[in-house]
Amino acid sequence: MNIDSIHNGIVLDHIQAGRGIQIYQALHLDELDCVVALIKNVKSAKMGRKDLIKVDEMIGLDLAALGFIDPNITINLIIDGQVAQKKPLNLPRELVNVMKCKNPRCITTIEQEVEQIFRLTQEDPPLYRCAYCETAFRN
Amino acid sequence: MRHVISPQDLSVTEIERLLMLGDDIIARPEAYAESARHRKLATLFYEPSTRTRLSFEAAMLDLGGHVLGFSSQEASSAAKGESVADTIRMVQCYADLIAMRHPKEGAPVVAARHAKVPVINAGDGGHNHPTQTLTDLMTIHRELGSLEGLTIGFCGDLKFGRTVHSLIAAMRRYPGTRFILVSPTELRAPDYVLDGIRASGCVCEESRSMEAVMPDLDVLYMTRVQRERFFNEADYVRLKDSFILDVPKLLHARPGMIVMHPLPRVNEISVKVDDNPHARYFEQARYGKYIRMALILALLEQGKEGAIL
Ligand SMILES: [Zn+2]
Repeated sequence: MNIDSIHNGIVLDHIQAGRGIQIYQALHLDELDCVVALIKNVKSAKMGRKDLIKVDEMIGLDLAALGFIDPNITINLIIDGQVAQKKPLNLPRELVNVMKCKNPRCITTIEQEVEQIFRLTQEDPPLYRCAYCETAFRN
Repeated sequence: MRHVISPQDLSVTEIERLLMLGDDIIARPEAYAESARHRKLATLFYEPSTRTRLSFEAAMLDLGGHVLGFSSQEASSAAKGESVADTIRMVQCYADLIAMRHPKEGAPVVAARHAKVPVINAGDGGHNHPTQTLTDLMTIHRELGSLEGLTIGFCGDLKFGRTVHSLIAAMRRYPGTRFILVSPTELRAPDYVLDGIRASGCVCEESRSMEAVMPDLDVLYMTRVQRERFFNEADYVRLKDSFILDVPKLLHARPGMIVMHPLPRVNEISVKVDDNPHARYFEQARYGKYIRMALILALLEQGKEGAIL
């Protein structure tokens, strides 16, 4: 497989080394039928080492989930073999069904169909709180 | 649709207008005796809280309205496994307003998301209890005439006390509030509460001695120091008396100082204080009904011309 020759698709660049698999899973890339490459420990002038993900199809990305896992990732949209757009990520205001509230007294622990919603309540350092019980999320 | 889930859902102006409506209801109760005629309040209590439920029901009845609902998890459809969302979808076919008490934090947020009628949070676990906070504000407003420039002492369990955290968050919005926090080291207010006070520009002091701060206070807000909060019995016995209010401790209080307590009281206020001119904790319950009447009216009338909400 020639992983460099994406014609129409997406390259996720500047992924913190070792985080690639987490992003692969969070974006459910295992469910795709197209060519997907997860490349680990690529040499990087800026980061020393980084991970890279290439997807040979223009798929919709959950930018909120991505921004939450690693806001420093660069997204390159490749159209006709050219980088058409570089998208920097922002911290998403709201995260839906990305992580679960860990407060055992939270309503989301007993009502399974309730969406897991977290809101950004502080930018620096980023702090997300459960939209129901307001418990802060910690990794 | 406006709901009241957290005390912060109401602006300072809205609270002021609710307090004024409460004043008018106290002054002219007959003028409001039919205000909620043919309207129904559903009290959905997934855990028992007789005090809060009776206050809501009395408030609705005094407005000429009706009440329906359940008062325990066993009596609710949740006992059959029904979700909060489905219960709300059903109840709003019968009621114009919902007051909900639930042991799980955030349950009223779920209710509000599905409700086409206003939802009042009547307490969600250890999280929010906005009508308790409104009751406290109404008490201070009625007894001291203003919410500005007051020195408020909070005494007892300031770590887990939800009513304390909510009242602090409400009072730090008024200019010139000075907070004096009196608690054992083990039960100090959490950092986020202290940070919130500092960020608001209000003054915050901590003390270990109720007597020492007594002469400064306009309000003394008492809470219970529970035995189960301590790691060992010896610590509890050593500390508990410092945080029990008795008549001698009140000797150096200012003449108009008021003692408040969210009730139920166990032993943190000596029964001998009940007749003391400073005591206001039983009046608090009465004010609670009036401010709930004001809130119910405001929510039912919301969106109309001249409405509070
Ligand atoms: Zn939660």
